[in-house]
Amino acid sequence: MKTNGSKPVSPATQLPKCLTGIQGLDEITGGGLPRGRPTLVCGGAGCGKTLLATEFLVRGAAQFNEPGVLMAFEETEAELKANVASLGFDLVGLVRRKKIAIDFVHIERSEVQESGEYDLEGLFVRLGHAIDSIGAKRVVLDTLEALFASLPNEAILRAELRRLFRWLKDKGVTAVITAERGREQLTRHGLEEYVSDCVILLDHRVYDQIATRHLRVVKYRGALHGTNEFPFLIGDTGISVLPITSLALNHKVSTERIATGIPRLDAMLGGRGFFRGSSILLTGTSGTCKTIIAANFAQAAARRGERVLFFSFEESPNQIIRNMHSIGLRLEPLVKRGLLRFQSARPSLYGLEMHLATMFKEIATFQPHVVIIDPITSLMDSGTASECKGMVTRLIDYLKAGQVTSLFTSLTQGGHALQQSESAMSSLMDSWILLQNFEGNGERNRVLYVLKARGMKHSNQIREFLISDRGIDVVDAYIGPSGVLTGSARAAQNSLEKAAVLASQQEAAQLKREVERKRTALERKISGLRSDYETEAEELRRIAEQVGTSTLMLTTERAASGLLRQADIKVVAHVRNNSRNGKVS
Amino acid sequence: MKTKTAKRRIAKSQAVKLWQLRLYVMDQTPKSVTAFANLKRFCESHLKGCYRITVIDLVKQPQLAKGDQILATPTVVRMLPKPVRTIIGNLSDIERVLVGLDLRSAD
Repeated sequence: MKTNGSKPVSPATQLPKCLTGIQGLDEITGGGLPRGRPTLVCGGAGCGKTLLATEFLVRGAAQFNEPGVLMAFEETEAELKANVASLGFDLVGLVRRKKIAIDFVHIERSEVQESGEYDLEGLFVRLGHAIDSIGAKRVVLDTLEALFASLPNEAILRAELRRLFRWLKDKGVTAVITAERGREQLTRHGLEEYVSDCVILLDHRVYDQIATRHLRVVKYRGALHGTNEFPFLIGDTGISVLPITSLALNHKVSTERIATGIPRLDAMLGGRGFFRGSSILLTGTSGTCKTIIAANFAQAAARRGERVLFFSFEESPNQIIRNMHSIGLRLEPLVKRGLLRFQSARPSLYGLEMHLATMFKEIATFQPHVVIIDPITSLMDSGTASECKGMVTRLIDYLKAGQVTSLFTSLTQGGHALQQSESAMSSLMDSWILLQNFEGNGERNRVLYVLKARGMKHSNQIREFLISDRGIDVVDAYIGPSGVLTGSARAAQNSLEKAAVLASQQEAAQLKREVERKRTALERKISGLRSDYETEAEELRRIAEQVGTSTLMLTTERAASGLLRQADIKVVAHVRNNSRNGKVS
Repeated sequence: MKTKTAKRRIAKSQAVKLWQLRLYVMDQTPKSVTAFANLKRFCESHLKGCYRITVIDLVKQPQLAKGDQILATPTVVRMLPKPVRTIIGNLSDIERVLVGLDLRSAD
């Protein structure tokens, strides 16, 4: 049943494996330790040998229903229980439920006298009894080498150990044997000679004042395994090995887009914001509002009802909430509603691996839709360059696998090229927004532009953005002959344009008035002319009347005088008189 | 539990303290048999009359191995007088048994 679990990882021809349940170790070993065979775990003091062995046992009993026997040579049962209780292992409960049997083997050399031949059947009997009493499938011997200190006769001991490992194999139990690291050998007493199936080496190194534990599978007979040194951590849920190579590039991708919380920025990103599950980098020198943009993004996501996890390595949660309040971002209600969670820690608090493990744990428990890391560069200080890159890769891989959108802010140090990101991080990112301060005219103005946005149409413009009581506002950039104008220069340019418009408006109005005036003048002229004409016409009529009257009078007078003269024009006058009669008289 | 008890007392005044010895063995192997014979002989010559040997066969009672921290067989544990002393092996080296049982000075 258990072997089925390892089948997808290892072909059927390979030996069956036994899942350890330890985070990461099963991935490195391709399905766990060799089933039914002993595995040697060696390392120096404080490497976590006992813990690894105990976790193997506890997880076996709790998760895989494989009871186990812990034979301790160095720590008493009470000590062991207390030690692992702090890691959340319920050893006491498992012992009570007969899932785990603990046998503390102790020999004080000063109290023991050797006389003649002997063998270690007593040990076999105890182990056998413990295995049979709970039906154990797993056995841990921690640390068998203590026997070398207790029993003076090494020849007998070695012979008996060889027999013990043979016996364990015959019993079919999966055993983990811990041993102290030797000077030139893997183990101090050459135990690797007897345990030849699987050897795991643990190591605890200090580099640049930061201690990191490493795990390496030195040997795994009959199985493929990761051969690298993998950093591992002892957190409060036990060991977690962090294999860099555990994830291939085969994440699911989403076509869903999510808004940034700044409408104009969305517009710059093809109108719809970032892709869900993508990684976003926000770089800039100090004071370019990286945190504000990140907080905007967080608020927008939380308002959509998504869970947001905000890792802050520079400011405390309360400080961020207070500062963001000053620009109109109200984060506190979102925190209270459980949509936004802050995690603040000093970068120097612990090593990179520990940070990473803490973040993994937080992410695993909170299940956020959006993760913000502000700033990732602070973390970079606590490790070497290669470690950092590895860490960011793992983090991004982890987040992408879970379709979590991640936003990293990165502080560009003064003097560096703006487009140079720490540890070549940018190649890992899907989108990159660069924030910059423009200096000039005795002021500094903030601009942003989209340097890269994989898979979407995006604006190539440099935009200025303003921070006010109401938050961020991205304004149109004014691009003049001397480049981008920002701040008061942009304002000056704006007013210049306004003045020009005003001037032309005024000109038009004046022209209109002129025309109007001309029209009125013309009309006045026309009416003058008309009245002249009318006067003249009147005159004319009057004259015509006068003429008519005088003609009549003349005719009448002439007729009268003709009459007086008795001229022969009587007929004529009579005719004329008749034709005019109707009109004149 | 007590498969075989050898118990003798002597009338001497100094024999007030009783020696309680446990012998852990695996089955009736030659090693076990030798160990028992050696222990018996030793006790007869040094502790005549004031000792008691309990032989525990771990094949039959494996659960008893844990209590006395038995790893090797054969093992002799001196339960009384205190403090507890342990000797491992088939007891063929008498000198070491004497040291182990803290009897050197008594002689």
